Amino acid sequence: MKKIYTAEIKKTDRITKLVDELISGTPTIESDRAEILTESYKNTEGLSIYLRRSRAFKAICEKLPVVIRDNELVVGSNCIEVRGCPTFPEYSNKWLEAEFDTIATRNADAFNISDETAAKLVEVHKYWQGKTTSELATSYMAPEALTAIDHNIFTVGNYYYNGVGHVSVDYAKVLKIGFNGIYDYAKSQRDKCNIYDSDYANRYNFLTSVMESCEAAVIFAKRYSAAARDMAQKCTDIARRDELLTIAEICDKVPAKGAESFYEACQSFWFVQLLIQTEASGHSISPGRFDQYMYPYYIKDIESGKITREQAQELIDCLWVKLNSLNKVRDALSAEGFAGYSMFQNLCVGGQDVDGVDATNDLSYMCITASMHVKLPQPSLSMRVWNGTPHELMVKAAQLTKTGIGLPAYYNDEIIIPALISDGLSLQDARDYCIIGCVEPQKGGKSDGWHDAAFFNMCRVLELVFTNGKDMGVQVGLKTGTLAELDTYEKFFEAYKKQMDYAIKLMVNADNAVDYAHMQRCPLPFVSSMLDDCIARGKSAQEGGAVYNFTGPQGFGIANVADGLYAVNELVYKTKFVTLEQYADAIKNNFGMPYTDKYAKTLTVEVVKEIASKGYEVTPAQITDIFNQIKNNVIAEDKKKEYKALYDKINSLPKFGNDIDEVDNYGREAAYTYTRPIKQYENPRGGKFHAGLYPVSANVPLGEQTGATPDARLAGTPVADGVSPAAGRDVNGPTASANSVAKLDHGIAANGTLFNMKFHPSALKGDSGIEGFISLIRGFFDQKGMHMQFNVVSRETLRDAQLHPENYKGLVVRVAGYSALFTTLSKSLQDDIINRTEQGGF
Amino acid sequence: MSDYLNVSGRIFNIQRFSVHDGPGVRTIVFFKGCALRCKWCCNPESQSFEIQTMVQNGKEKTVGYDVTVEEVLQTVVRDAPYYNRSGGGLTLSGGEMLCQSDFAYALLRTAKENAVNTAVETTGFAPYEKIEKLLPYIDTVLMDIKHIDSAKHEAFTTRTNELILENAAKIAENAHKLIIRVPVIPTFNDTEPEIAAIAKFSAGLKNVNEINLLPYHNYGKDKYTGLGREYPMGDTPMPRDEHMQKLKAVAEGYGLKCKIGG
Repeated sequence: MKKIYTAEIKKTDRITKLVDELISGTPTIESDRAEILTESYKNTEGLSIYLRRSRAFKAICEKLPVVIRDNELVVGSNCIEVRGCPTFPEYSNKWLEAEFDTIATRNADAFNISDETAAKLVEVHKYWQGKTTSELATSYMAPEALTAIDHNIFTVGNYYYNGVGHVSVDYAKVLKIGFNGIYDYAKSQRDKCNIYDSDYANRYNFLTSVMESCEAAVIFAKRYSAAARDMAQKCTDIARRDELLTIAEICDKVPAKGAESFYEACQSFWFVQLLIQTEASGHSISPGRFDQYMYPYYIKDIESGKITREQAQELIDCLWVKLNSLNKVRDALSAEGFAGYSMFQNLCVGGQDVDGVDATNDLSYMCITASMHVKLPQPSLSMRVWNGTPHELMVKAAQLTKTGIGLPAYYNDEIIIPALISDGLSLQDARDYCIIGCVEPQKGGKSDGWHDAAFFNMCRVLELVFTNGKDMGVQVGLKTGTLAELDTYEKFFEAYKKQMDYAIKLMVNADNAVDYAHMQRCPLPFVSSMLDDCIARGKSAQEGGAVYNFTGPQGFGIANVADGLYAVNELVYKTKFVTLEQYADAIKNNFGMPYTDKYAKTLTVEVVKEIASKGYEVTPAQITDIFNQIKNNVIAEDKKKEYKALYDKINSLPKFGNDIDEVDNYGREAAYTYTRPIKQYENPRGGKFHAGLYPVSANVPLGEQTGATPDARLAGTPVADGVSPAAGRDVNGPTASANSVAKLDHGIAANGTLFNMKFHPSALKGDSGIEGFISLIRGFFDQKGMHMQFNVVSRETLRDAQLHPENYKGLVVRVAGYSALFTTLSKSLQDDIINRTEQGGF
Repeated sequence: MSDYLNVSGRIFNIQRFSVHDGPGVRTIVFFKGCALRCKWCCNPESQSFEIQTMVQNGKEKTVGYDVTVEEVLQTVVRDAPYYNRSGGGLTLSGGEMLCQSDFAYALLRTAKENAVNTAVETTGFAPYEKIEKLLPYIDTVLMDIKHIDSAKHEAFTTRTNELILENAAKIAENAHKLIIRVPVIPTFNDTEPEIAAIAKFSAGLKNVNEINLLPYHNYGKDKYTGLGREYPMGDTPMPRDEHMQKLKAVAEGYGLKCKIGG
């Protein structure tokens, strides 16, 4: 029997120092990578795109400054500053220049940029005019798709402006045979090319570019080896000198050769992780099943006495810090959608092995411990749960949840594995899945999943049903019928489905346009060298070289659509409380309520444009006046009353998230209007589209662009996140909320679903709190829910909950011998609970 | 079984996902009406059988509503997946479920027929025949022993304790499982000798090996105000953790497994 050690291991001083140094760093933009890349591109104009990519990558590996920081055991950085960030002008760059003046002070994810760096980047960007993936993608899109993007029905912004990322490479292969081994394999495949083969030109050049990329990675590591040796010679601290000599030795060996010790494996892993994110700007480069592929090295060293568990833990902790040092600058809107400087490097523990046996080992526990030690957001730690997951591992994970850092997220093998098999994975590959990025399940090392392909706003599509496809005077959607024609609920719902089908087609068009642009302008030989079966097929991942290819755009706003459809059916068709025309009028006028500033601004711009188009001049004073009128929604009192009556009526109806089958079924149907049509489409890499139901944090910024919806959600306010009930509408506690969400068909959403739940630390207090929490996860998963994550809320949140109870109706707190919904408690008791947290008592 | 589904009773709340009132994840049904008037009661709205109006956070709220067994069960079975994972189920609390024993009987029996684990929180203050009829359908009885001294018991709860102590002995003999619970109330029973007397009595009961000490809290204070009543416990402080630990040691001295809290 496998013996697993679960005893606590303490955090070392080194880790505290590394974490302190990291969090004191300021996110800073650096220009080195962009300059080296551009210089290389200028010198390779006449070559194939594969060689242009590999030569640029090699130049970067040869020339980026080598940085070894104090206290580091694992080395390698792509920036000088501790939270520095390179740029990737080959994808897009105009937005960055436009934001030079504001980027240091913007709301989400601010970055420092020196005047010198800005000037250098301006120079670099000149070369890229007309040469980026973004520009090519735009030229490929159908006009209807561009219009839909313009009207915020969906956005493909992530890959439109950046690299694709969203991949988990075959780390195990690098650990085993090193880049020398991969080089040899690519060469052997290149040797098999016949000069008369029809694909000779592409295949030969691609394989050459893979070989050059392998060389580049080795060169990068050897530079670290040399630097460490240099530093060791100058180092007066004997202990540090020995450490530096060890680093020099290890970097000389890996990742060129296979790793033989756990320490070597850690360093080799890190070079891979770092260089993938230096080759391209795609985020969500996910380490995947770290506890599995690292285990052979760990257990060998432990058994031979070469390393102690404490030393192994420290190395893992060092890697965790390193994972947090990577940084990426996004445009302002994307930054809000992915708020928190997140790199979404998802690392997975637990679950089953390829043969369906529980895979939990020492490292599963140590990864959780590492997250407790560093208390940082990276890696995005995921825990695979199946019927055979040891209870002890659940308890360990729950203890991490209790700390309030929102980790780990929990995933259900029992629904994900069949969902992946249904999408074409083999049983063994499906069992070996890991999580990419936020919540996307995929088989690591074999897949190009294109997981964050779009944000699709289902609420915007519902708006189009009320306007016969028009938005701001433009025919964005189909003409699905005037309001008078939609005289039964069936017709209304049919119209919604048609609008969805159409908008999905446009999104597919846009995604495939972006896909082609990456294929032609940014194939990635380095990443491709670690993805099966790119080398054997002689194709980059961007051309369909991977075994599994998907495009996974995510829809969100299900809860709003469910509540809205239910309300329309109840109030218009069943009880005839209002006519559909009255409903549409109320929505159009935001139920007579004031608008948010941002939304009022958008409307003001439209009004001013219209006036100006008629040849009138509009003064700034008049604009302010228009803005104020719009913001305060100045309308007749009787209209206001009428709208308010409808608004109150809608709010009194049952809502998704309360375990009421009648409403929850609308959620199920709403989700199907997105998840089902998507499955029929294909991408240029020979793979299929499949749906995800999660919004990252985009439900907030994209909600700002969404008008009022028939569920009485006001214009400009956030849309429901993922498959979670709309904020504040689940009032029957966590089990009811979970039951509602479980009623959706998660099996068809193989690109992942996201269910957020809020808890107060007190609800997890003591053994019975932890056990109850675990049973909640288990019970939700028994009903084939897919994913669950927990926001264990802070004191600040509780204060906010007092001020805005409507947003926190589902928040559970432990009171005395019992738990209760926070907002139902008296003010003084609420205060008491808040004060209790202040004392930090769990 | 269908006969029982129509039996109705009066409750004031159903709370799902409770993890502190019996084993596992539980759904608590709070009965309205109680025979005792404990000074420290944290649910004063539970005491009267009558439907009342209580002011909470400035808003009037009706406390108490009539439901059928079927209505309650429909909610209870929804959390079966969580009961299955945790050994949890239904807990009848209150108020006092014995004050509506026909309703309690129908609920418990129907729950068992639906394979739901059952528990009750009770004062044990009722003719034993009423209790006896329920026992086959209760998996865990959580019963209060508040004080061994009858006069003091009466002074703080309005009832003497003879019937309660007698019933405790009978329940111990016939219940599937009995756990004794002691609300630890400063000025009433929070001294070591008083707890010792309760522990000694409990240890002497047949089949009983567990006791829970529930520290006094004043979280119900606002509800008294909301009902237009004065809070009987005034500014009585909550027992300190060190003191609770001492009392726990006292109880353990009688060979009982002792837990602080439910």
